Amino acid sequence: MALAKITTITGRGLAVPGNDIDTDRIIPARFLKAVTFDGMGEGLFFDARKAATAAGQVHPLDDPRFRGAGILLSGANFGCGSSREHAPQAIQKAGFRAIVAESYAEIFFGNATTIGLACVCATRADLARLAAAIAANPALEITVDLVGREIRFDGRKIPLTMRDSARDALVHGRWDPIGELLEGAAAVAATASRLPYLAAPQK
Amino acid sequence: MRTSPRNLFGKVWAAHAVRELANGQTQLLIGTHLIHEVTSPQAFAMLRDLGLKVAMPHRTFATVDHIVPTDRQTEPFSDPLADAMIKALRKNCTDHGITYFDLASGRQGIVHMVGPEQGITQPGTTIACGDSHTSTHGAFGAIALGIGTSQVRDVLATQTMALGRLKLRRINVEGRLGPGVYAKDVILHIIRTLGVNGGTGFAYEYGGAVFDRFSMEERMTVCNMSIEGGARVGYVNPDETTFAYLKGRPYSPVGAAWDEAVARWRAVASEPGCQYDDVVTISGADIPPTVTWGINPGQGIAITETIPDPAKATAVDEKASIEEALAYMKLRAGAPIKGIKIDVAFLGSCTNARLSDFKEVAKYLPGRRVAQGVKAIAVPGSQIVSRQCAELGIDRVFRDAGFDWREAGCSMCLAMNPDKLVGDQLCASSSNRNFKGRQGSPTGRTLLMSPLMVAAAAVTGAVADAREVFGVIH
Ligand code: SF4
Repeated sequence: MALAKITTITGRGLAVPGNDIDTDRIIPARFLKAVTFDGMGEGLFFDARKAATAAGQVHPLDDPRFRGAGILLSGANFGCGSSREHAPQAIQKAGFRAIVAESYAEIFFGNATTIGLACVCATRADLARLAAAIAANPALEITVDLVGREIRFDGRKIPLTMRDSARDALVHGRWDPIGELLEGAAAVAATASRLPYLAAPQK
Repeated sequence: MRTSPRNLFGKVWAAHAVRELANGQTQLLIGTHLIHEVTSPQAFAMLRDLGLKVAMPHRTFATVDHIVPTDRQTEPFSDPLADAMIKALRKNCTDHGITYFDLASGRQGIVHMVGPEQGITQPGTTIACGDSHTSTHGAFGAIALGIGTSQVRDVLATQTMALGRLKLRRINVEGRLGPGVYAKDVILHIIRTLGVNGGTGFAYEYGGAVFDRFSMEERMTVCNMSIEGGARVGYVNPDETTFAYLKGRPYSPVGAAWDEAVARWRAVASEPGCQYDDVVTISGADIPPTVTWGINPGQGIAITETIPDPAKATAVDEKASIEEALAYMKLRAGAPIKGIKIDVAFLGSCTNARLSDFKEVAKYLPGRRVAQGVKAIAVPGSQIVSRQCAELGIDRVFRDAGFDWREAGCSMCLAMNPDKLVGDQLCASSSNRNFKGRQGSPTGRTLLMSPLMVAAAAVTGAVADAREVFGVIH
């Protein structure tokens, strides 16, 4: 399976600020009542958007100035909570191809990487700079460069960090591991045969 | 030559590591795979798209839990989406030869209850499930991983997954817990102490005198919420308590195979003097009955404390997060948590819906009534627990006290079945997450606490100290 090499992502930005943004907030559980991931994008931050509207505010996702953004900004521990892949799926289906945040919850990070959604980290100060630049000019073009390990915008650049295994997987087009896992079938059988307690269970 | 002492995590990892992948991650053999209706249908669809089969169907076990209505489990479900999900699961299991504990099996329940009950969850194994609370199974000394749907596909297709090695933190809880302090308080206290992302990149090994004395059900309560502290995995070393629990379960080994298994399980435990990347020690006596007041499980306080004041926060971050939580929770900074009126009391979920949870509460309920205006529901986590409670008359005790006694499922832990909060109702809940909107209403509010504290809130109509309400002295 040839996968795209994800080296640089260019697009406009949109910030959903805050720390500990959990997967229930990213995609409320009622949207999980489905047997496919189709249409997940519509549920993205659904309740937060509705709450903003009710309070007479405009959620960034409903703000026409940010329409078509491809890079999502957030705070620390982004994606904590449930293991639902529906969360990164919703973000990807809503058109985002990269997230820039201070840090990520473990399972979310793995799920996102596996579907080719790049999760990079920036320091709080750099994130604030980037967010301010986007707020000042929503049409600003941002480039997340996984090879050069930097984010470029407005003639400036800030460093990005990313776990090596994930960066390597994206850059070399190995982000979906299924092909490589399948190649290991013989080794899997050998390992399995060494583990006695994994025999077929009795009924 | 003596080899240096090893920890359980390292031993299980080494035994299951198939090979190193190009990006440096490990291809890890998954001994046991558990699936449910929410996160598996897309994985089966991906399998079909790729033209792949399930590699080792006898190692996957399925049940249905999240979407099951708890007032009556009969099909068709009134919600057509839920009905489509159970049908899809049933069909996928039939098509691929996967054992499925269906509603009619008498063994259905929350997936994290079914594995242990059936003896499928065993020490020294690797377990994966498309559900973050898979960490529950670590109570048996397994490496149990919550995974996403693409990884469910990976495990179905290859019985392996790609994973980077985790660091290991040992958490000792020494001494004794005070009266009216439970396993739930232990984990809420740990998360409060180490933070909701304190466990990122770590597996947690729980031990110490308190865990040595804990029953398997108490160990499961703690391991269940490891993920709430950011740790992917949490486990307790297997011991006599573990073996006694597993003996005679449907999938437990028998005869000579049992003796061999116990010897193997004993040998997999962490050895004295082994290495950890970090060690944290907590005194059991310092753990209070704990209640959350905010919108993540780390925002907890002792029942005797007051709600945090953002003005007193030391970090900028902390100030903002307290403000956000108070605004959502509609709670007042500096007010005592005790005495806050509740609307709903929920006793259930994979954290606290086991026999011992209901038994403990039932000791104190006779002669009590759920306060007026409070909706109280008790939901066994599995059909087996439901039957055990019926046999012991526990369901009666709850009903007599004014609780709604339900059938097995995830129920009001999250919003995928008819049990939901309405509007901004405040719920005293024995579940594991207090995120915004978690219990089904976008403005619903959740306070996490132990089952007995839920009962105390139910009968007084307000957040209460169970030790005072029920005169708990142990
Ligand atoms: S009880 Fe709650 S946390 Fe547990 S599996 Fe069900 S929905 Fe998830």
